[in-house]
Amino acid sequence: MKYLLRSSLKSIAGVFLGLSLGLVVCYFAGESPLKVLKVLFQSSFGSGYDFGMTLFYTAPLLLTGLAVAIPFRAGLFNIGGEGQLLVGALGAAAAGVIGKDIHSPIVAILFATALAFLAGGIWGAIPGFLKAKRGSHEVITTIMMNFIAAGMTSYFTLYVIKDPDSSQAETIPLPAIFHLKPFAIFNGAPMGELIFVLIAIVVIIHYWLWNSVRGFELKAVGENEVAAETYGISKQKSWIFAMFLAGGLAGLVGVVEVLGNAHRFKLGFSADYGFVGIAVALLARGNILGIIPSALLFGILQKGSGSLDLETEKVTRDLAYIIQGLIILGVAAEGLYERKRVKRV
Amino acid sequence: MVKIKDMNIFKYTSLLLLSFYLSSSSLNLAHAEIKVGLVLEKSGKDDKSFNASAYKGLKKAEKELGVTTKTVEAPDNSAYESLQRAFAEKKFDLIVAIGFHQLEAVQKNADRFPDQKFLLVDEDAKKPNVRSVLFEEHEGSYLVGALAALHSPSGKIGFIGGMDVPLIRRFQMGYEAGVKKINPKAEIFVNYLGVTGEAWNNPPKAKEQALDQYHRGADVIFVAAGNSGLGVFDAAEAQKKLAIGVDSNQNWLKPGYVLTSMLKHVDESVFDSIKLLKEGKFTTGLTRLGLKSKGVDYAMDENNAKLVTASDQKKLAEIKTDIIAGKIKVPDYYLSQKKK
Repeated sequence: MKYLLRSSLKSIAGVFLGLSLGLVVCYFAGESPLKVLKVLFQSSFGSGYDFGMTLFYTAPLLLTGLAVAIPFRAGLFNIGGEGQLLVGALGAAAAGVIGKDIHSPIVAILFATALAFLAGGIWGAIPGFLKAKRGSHEVITTIMMNFIAAGMTSYFTLYVIKDPDSSQAETIPLPAIFHLKPFAIFNGAPMGELIFVLIAIVVIIHYWLWNSVRGFELKAVGENEVAAETYGISKQKSWIFAMFLAGGLAGLVGVVEVLGNAHRFKLGFSADYGFVGIAVALLARGNILGIIPSALLFGILQKGSGSLDLETEKVTRDLAYIIQGLIILGVAAEGLYERKRVKRV
Repeated sequence: MVKIKDMNIFKYTSLLLLSFYLSSSSLNLAHAEIKVGLVLEKSGKDDKSFNASAYKGLKKAEKELGVTTKTVEAPDNSAYESLQRAFAEKKFDLIVAIGFHQLEAVQKNADRFPDQKFLLVDEDAKKPNVRSVLFEEHEGSYLVGALAALHSPSGKIGFIGGMDVPLIRRFQMGYEAGVKKINPKAEIFVNYLGVTGEAWNNPPKAKEQALDQYHRGADVIFVAAGNSGLGVFDAAEAQKKLAIGVDSNQNWLKPGYVLTSMLKHVDESVFDSIKLLKEGKFTTGLTRLGLKSKGVDYAMDENNAKLVTASDQKKLAEIKTDIIAGKIKVPDYYLSQKKK
């Protein structure tokens, strides 16, 4: 617990370091840092709609943050979140075609969710399997799986389940029974009860990781695979399982986007959620619950970036990316400091 | 323990943000003049192509018509709706949405703000308060295809597309038909840069593909790939061959190596719409801009005056007249898809 407290203090310090450096950049660009903060705040929480949009950007990051943090606990670095979420979203879109005769909304939504989870999970399990059986490095294989996912989902979108009535690259729309209803209070922003489900998933994963045998095995492999094996824990099993779970969770981004927002798979829908997820997990410093505030922060920056163009004269959306980068640097620099201190002792 | 810690994060951040929020004053906006908001695609106003053209039209309107303008570049494809909405809530007189990605966002906002005027370029919104502009890209592509064939002694001609989407297929189909009109035996190499949005923004890959096509014997390459086109121009210069630009006039980027550019007069359409608005003659509904209305064309300027000869221009003028008169039917990818 003490460790957790200290590590989250470090994250907060990193955020403040990054944010203040970003605001210094604003100052030199000739824009008032206070105004920039105000724009970011107002753009994220200013109205029901704005808040709903912020949550809409946060939701995928909760999932992709988990998709990085869980394998990280097992000693793996999953860069394949982007590919896993694309395949998952395609799975959700395909559910509308396969299950067009479903008449119950609950069955329809559960069916699409299961397909998204399975599709993403299998996509994630492949690099896990290759790592376990062949020793292929997961960083290489997950990156390659991203390219394959991009190509495959485009092929399906353009040639297999393309919407014939649209000149855009998108799949056949899902029947209304698959649609998730947004909250009226969000006034048009595509987010509803789903956000509570996702937060619950994060909490459950945290609990599971610290209170179950499987979770213990997974962490043991991550801490010291030789020791874990000596105690009879299969590292192969843990790796494949961690990657399956990570891929499945990333795949659930498909539920946020396809069932909740576009009601179809549109090429290029993802705002690099899979990659920003790495930053989210990094900022949370491996603490699963930390993913919630961390994802929210990146959601705010994503939502606010467009408003920076709109509300200020001197800075553009790129400032939000600069701040993101500086925050990561701030957190990483804390890590350097830590290592130095340990050595000195 | 853990929960308390997380609550602290929330408490401090929200307190801090709240104090900033309270300490700053609200924005003042002047009201008298006409205000136009422009929402650009992800690639932004520096893409030297489609979005750049829209931005140019807006700036021209600002200068010549004295309207107030504000431009935003969307950070991702989910942001269009909220950006348009922000303009609508600020009571801008016209919201200009550039690119087919914005279709659904415009439709939703057109319903939400029925008194708000919109201009949508590259898609048909089918809403009573939206002016939609479509370009007949296949006609312009046909023209530059014919010109490419006239400048290809080897009969080998290249096409490089950005993202593999129907819109770019439409360019390709018109281009191929134009090439075949001049040289029925021509061999056409086709490459697409990718299947993700990255394809619009990948000059190095475009350069590799262009070098490959030139090595296989291509004399001219038409590139319809947004920002990535820059790589093709580099390759043309390196190989001393020719390239054809797209959307904006890109002849100046590598003078002597850019044969011409297939113009899509987004700038004119934006400017004209703002002008109509100012004169109180703004109309909604669908406008199709082809060769006839000069919505698409090929670019001539001092940079390519030596490349495109008088006889070339005469030939192209003939083809243009035939297309406008309906004597030449340019195949349209959109229609070819609908038949299936």
